[in-house]
Amino acid sequence: MLRDLESAPAPETIRLEPTRGFSRVLAPKELWRYRDLAGQIALRDITVRYRQTLLGGAWAVLQPIGFMVVFSLFFGNLAGVASNGLPYPLFSLAALVPWTFFANALLLGSDSLVSNSALVSKIYFPRIFMPAGILVAGCVDLAISIVILLAIVLIWGLTPSLAILSLPLLIAIAAAAGLGTSTALSAINVRFRDVRYVIPFAIQLWLFATPVVYPSSLLSEPWRTLSAINPMVGVVEGFRWATLGTGDAPWDLIGISAISAIVLFLAGLAYFDRVERRFADYV
Amino acid sequence: MASTAIETHELGKRYRLGLYKRGYGTLREALTEKFRKQAPEESDYDGPDFLWALKDLSLSIQPGEVVGLIGHNGAGKSTLLKVLSRITEPTSGYADVTGRVGSLLEVGTGFHPELTGRENIFLNGSILGMRRSEIRARFDEIVEFAEIERFLDTPVKRYSSGMSVRLAFAVAAHLEPEILLVDEVLAVGDASFQRKSLGKMTEVASQGRTVVFVSHNLAIIQALCERGVLMERGEAVADGPVKATIDQYLGSLERAASDDLLERTDRDRRGYYDTRIRRVELRGRGHGPPDVVVAGEEATIGIELTEQLPTMECRITIVDGLGQPVTTFDSEISASTDVRDPELGARIECEVGSLPLLPGRYRLDVLLKAKRQIQDGLQAAGFFEVQPGVVHGRPTPATGSDGDIVLPHVWRLPP
Repeated sequence: MLRDLESAPAPETIRLEPTRGFSRVLAPKELWRYRDLAGQIALRDITVRYRQTLLGGAWAVLQPIGFMVVFSLFFGNLAGVASNGLPYPLFSLAALVPWTFFANALLLGSDSLVSNSALVSKIYFPRIFMPAGILVAGCVDLAISIVILLAIVLIWGLTPSLAILSLPLLIAIAAAAGLGTSTALSAINVRFRDVRYVIPFAIQLWLFATPVVYPSSLLSEPWRTLSAINPMVGVVEGFRWATLGTGDAPWDLIGISAISAIVLFLAGLAYFDRVERRFADYV
Repeated sequence: MASTAIETHELGKRYRLGLYKRGYGTLREALTEKFRKQAPEESDYDGPDFLWALKDLSLSIQPGEVVGLIGHNGAGKSTLLKVLSRITEPTSGYADVTGRVGSLLEVGTGFHPELTGRENIFLNGSILGMRRSEIRARFDEIVEFAEIERFLDTPVKRYSSGMSVRLAFAVAAHLEPEILLVDEVLAVGDASFQRKSLGKMTEVASQGRTVVFVSHNLAIIQALCERGVLMERGEAVADGPVKATIDQYLGSLERAASDDLLERTDRDRRGYYDTRIRRVELRGRGHGPPDVVVAGEEATIGIELTEQLPTMECRITIVDGLGQPVTTFDSEISASTDVRDPELGARIECEVGSLPLLPGRYRLDVLLKAKRQIQDGLQAAGFFEVQPGVVHGRPTPATGSDGDIVLPHVWRLPP
């Protein structure tokens, strides 16, 4: 062991001092140094998510499917909401799959620093791993539910087109928006526990501000295009186009949403970075 | 490249008080605060609302040094470790840290109850800064040290508290950073595991690593460290060989205010009162404070009286914290070494060659006789504190062990 120490390259000196501005999250070297921990935290979040549950990973699918049934009954059948000529259950499920991913990233991610306060106050690591780990764990759920979604689409007799290849892009947009929002919220949550009470409520509102139960074509221009400032608009409409194999590519929506997601992502990370150094004192 | 492992320069850490009193601080409070007043003046930071947990601390630690931090609660020891391990940022000054830092501020940090022992070893290991490959290489050693082979694939929430603590310490003990920061973590597990842990720490300390160690157990500090730093109110007030620093610390322990015994009117106080007990104190070797003694060292019990009477006799009983008498000294059962010293005046002294008591707090009951009558009898006439030390060449067991006394003994163990 001693030999290892001696043969190791000269260790670098780290200066610990009061810092201002942006310093940490956006330092890739630092993130790389702690890559093993990042992997372990993500693994933990994945493993723990459905442990000691009866249905396990099925929960990843049950949530969007449950909503699909309820929405189909009330909005599809009773209210007769338009669905671009698609079967309403498929129409809503294709939107609910990415939405659930996003909503869970927000719900669990915003609480991730507070619920791991024991770690935050006792160990140093790039704090971004906490909300990011939640997001990575959510990707597993997302993958499962995409498979189920495609299976249902096929059973229904529809064939996805080559547009399905755009899914990674759409997922990236949802992930960027989700991470940007949840990092910022998790940081605020450290100081102000109000966030806990606001989040479930805000997610409900956001759901109805996103064309999940209705098509965005219900909006007249320019509102339809402008609504894509909400990054989930592009993601949800993109998912419908990509998985159901019909309709025109909503590239205008996707493009605006992508830009908006990147802005959210950078803003969230920047805010997180500024307040990260004080987490241990407040949490 | 810096030649020191840790170099702090006028390091300061300020905490704001009253934060917790105001709850978590709601958003509304913060917003109104923001609009109501400008940023606080620099001079406000010295006001009563702020606490400097560390103040202008300059310290330099060489690679391979094993340093013990001692001091009262709130002296800033843990804050220093938190700053050095990057958990929190300093408010002023800086610290240069050269080398990989492993910090062990609490045993079992990051254990997840739903994960199995095996999964937690990997999680906890990487939380403490180990690479996956390192954990894999040392996995068997960790399991063996923790003695949990059979429960490796059981969720940690089903472990007994002793098991999880053992596992946590085992992971931590196999950490191999260049700089190790340890905060009061040896007091876990049962006595046998504590011995094992201490042995492991001694091994780590002798491997040429830089170790900064915080413990209230002075015996452990003395056994592990060569250098001691005494902290008081965020500053280093003494820094030198560990023994000297510990002595200074003991010297600085404030004596609990002792009342005038003459004013005590205990119900069970009895006697003729021709002479009365004015004051009782126990002094250790050297210039330490009264009523503090290191286990195994000599001590003198001094009793001050109001009057000097002929042929006085005295009986002193040491009583432990639970009210159990430990032993009695009685001058009526005399020995040839006893002396009657006319120079002494109204005072009686009892010298104890070695005080083989376990660390803890004890009281002294005193009975005074003269003219064949009981003159004064007072329970709890004095209190004293026994600090961990070495008795007959063996460190005293931790506070809270069974019993009160230590006897000289030798073990024969199979290899």
